[in-house]
Amino acid sequence: MSVVRLPGLITTDDRVSGPPSRWDYAADRTFRALAQTGVWLLLILLGVILWEIGGKATAGIRDYGLGFLTSTTWDVGRQQFGILPHIWGTLYSSLLALAIGGFFGVVMAIFLTQDFLPPQLAQVFRTVVELLAAIPSVVYGLWGLFVVVPALRPVAGWLFETLGWIPLFGTTLSGPGLAPASLVLAIMILPTVAAISQDALRLVPYKVKEAAYGMGTTKWEAILKVMLPTAATGIFGALVLGFGRALGETMALAMLIGNSSQISLSLFAPANTLAALLALNFPEAGKREVEVLMYAALVLLAITLLVNMAGEAIMALSARKTKS
Amino acid sequence: MSVAPGSAAAPVVTVRLQRSVFERRALRNGLLTAGAWAAAIVAGIPLVSVLYMLIVRGGARLSWEALSTLPPAGFEMGGGFGNALVGTVVMVGLASLLSIPVGVMAAVYLAELGPGSRLSRTARFATKTLTGMPSILAGVFAYAAVVLVTGTYSAPAGGLALAVLMLPTVVLTAEEAIKAVPKITRDAAYGIGCTRTQVIWKVLLPTALPGILTGVMLAVARAAGETAPLLFTALFSSYWLFDGGAKLMQPTASLAVLIYNFSGMPFDNQIELAWAASLVLVLIVLIINVVSRLVGQRRV
Repeated sequence: MSVVRLPGLITTDDRVSGPPSRWDYAADRTFRALAQTGVWLLLILLGVILWEIGGKATAGIRDYGLGFLTSTTWDVGRQQFGILPHIWGTLYSSLLALAIGGFFGVVMAIFLTQDFLPPQLAQVFRTVVELLAAIPSVVYGLWGLFVVVPALRPVAGWLFETLGWIPLFGTTLSGPGLAPASLVLAIMILPTVAAISQDALRLVPYKVKEAAYGMGTTKWEAILKVMLPTAATGIFGALVLGFGRALGETMALAMLIGNSSQISLSLFAPANTLAALLALNFPEAGKREVEVLMYAALVLLAITLLVNMAGEAIMALSARKTKS
Repeated sequence: MSVAPGSAAAPVVTVRLQRSVFERRALRNGLLTAGAWAAAIVAGIPLVSVLYMLIVRGGARLSWEALSTLPPAGFEMGGGFGNALVGTVVMVGLASLLSIPVGVMAAVYLAELGPGSRLSRTARFATKTLTGMPSILAGVFAYAAVVLVTGTYSAPAGGLALAVLMLPTVVLTAEEAIKAVPKITRDAAYGIGCTRTQVIWKVLLPTALPGILTGVMLAVARAAGETAPLLFTALFSSYWLFDGGAKLMQPTASLAVLIYNFSGMPFDNQIELAWAASLVLVLIVLIINVVSRLVGQRRV
């Protein structure tokens, strides 16, 4: 009998097989330990992040307490700090962005999954969405400054003159402001919402739609009355995750929102967000201000974590529901 | 689905298989379809506009000088962003060195060694949490962990912040790629007597390599474009990173931060450079994206 050698397989000697050598055992154990270390590092990293931000924020929490969340002044000179305007700006801009980006994202997802397009054309639109996601946010910020703001200014002026009595249009757009920031933010969350909604819609078994068609529905009746309700949980999860992205987005907002600590309903007034506050104030912050900024970072972390966990939980629920 | 059996007394019904386009329901259907088309096209407008501006305004200034010289000060004319290009490459490189080995190792454990263990479940949750964390908080973390400790803004601080952002992407995509290796393949490897390590090194990782590479490259592309975590970790610099010996512990320029800084300046020269830098950055990101997709397509 001749010895069979299998290419690419390890035989220490001429035997085809044999029990693992001591070397194999050692390698196995080392490798396992290494892989486990990787996982532990991942966990430790998250722990250290929470510890660092939380730990550095304790001084701020001790001195400013919960009043920090409801105070509206941010004055380094007088050592008065409050982030209510920033929380307001974060939520307001993100909700506006979600309303616009969420709508377009869900429509895009329907458009791409419900057989509207021949495959090649669908690929074109899919690439468009992916490219939108790939463009760095600082480039969107630059584009917003030089394209969106000038384009919105006449619209804002007209709305202010004709509908100025509505608080939403209570000011003109003098430069950066909430509206251009939210618009750019909407573009940035559109890909997130579109991608996750597509997954949710694809989870709905094809026969569900066929059953609807079989009962004589039109395409849109099937979509609106069968597909969307079935995928509703998943799409809702997509919107929540998109909202989570909007809350944490920094650069486009730091460049476009105007950085003014005021609370205004007007779409065209400058505002500020938590992330933009961090981006703008950290580089030149003194010791005291760093502590307070760490507190603000902790607040941002808490808000985004809550929203993202809610989103993930909803997605898990939707996956389970559609499967059963 | 049950169909009622036609009885003898069934009335004769003439069925029009086609609806008139103007029937109310069909009309509504048509209008909604038109609306969806319109929305999809409107969603594409920003992309076209961004690309147009990048090519027209950025392309006008893009030259060898822009790529190879130092940023201009205030009223200076000319200049470029050579040091920012170097800074971006160095920091993304550092971030890759930190995040890829850890990420792939963790993914191997999550996918193959202990997929159902409590450690894995916790780690997956941690990874999801990291994915959703705003990028600026990675910067806050690196600021607290490196800048405050070493007392200086530096390239490693920026690299660490970027690594935190890359890690979850690497872990999640690598785990998916390893899991996607067909079960028969790994059973066959175990069947001929491979140890676990041999299965992983000689079968799973090579087979999953295209998928892992795709994930790694997407993470690199994302890191290259990140600004927020670099703002107060690497800060910015108008000088070469490697001028006078390789000193890493100093403020470091990056393309993204340069775009941000220059976009707010009242000088046309700087704004032109911001557009040119944006074009370069987007080109880098898009090229990495395209290559990663090509690599991913080779998957079996």
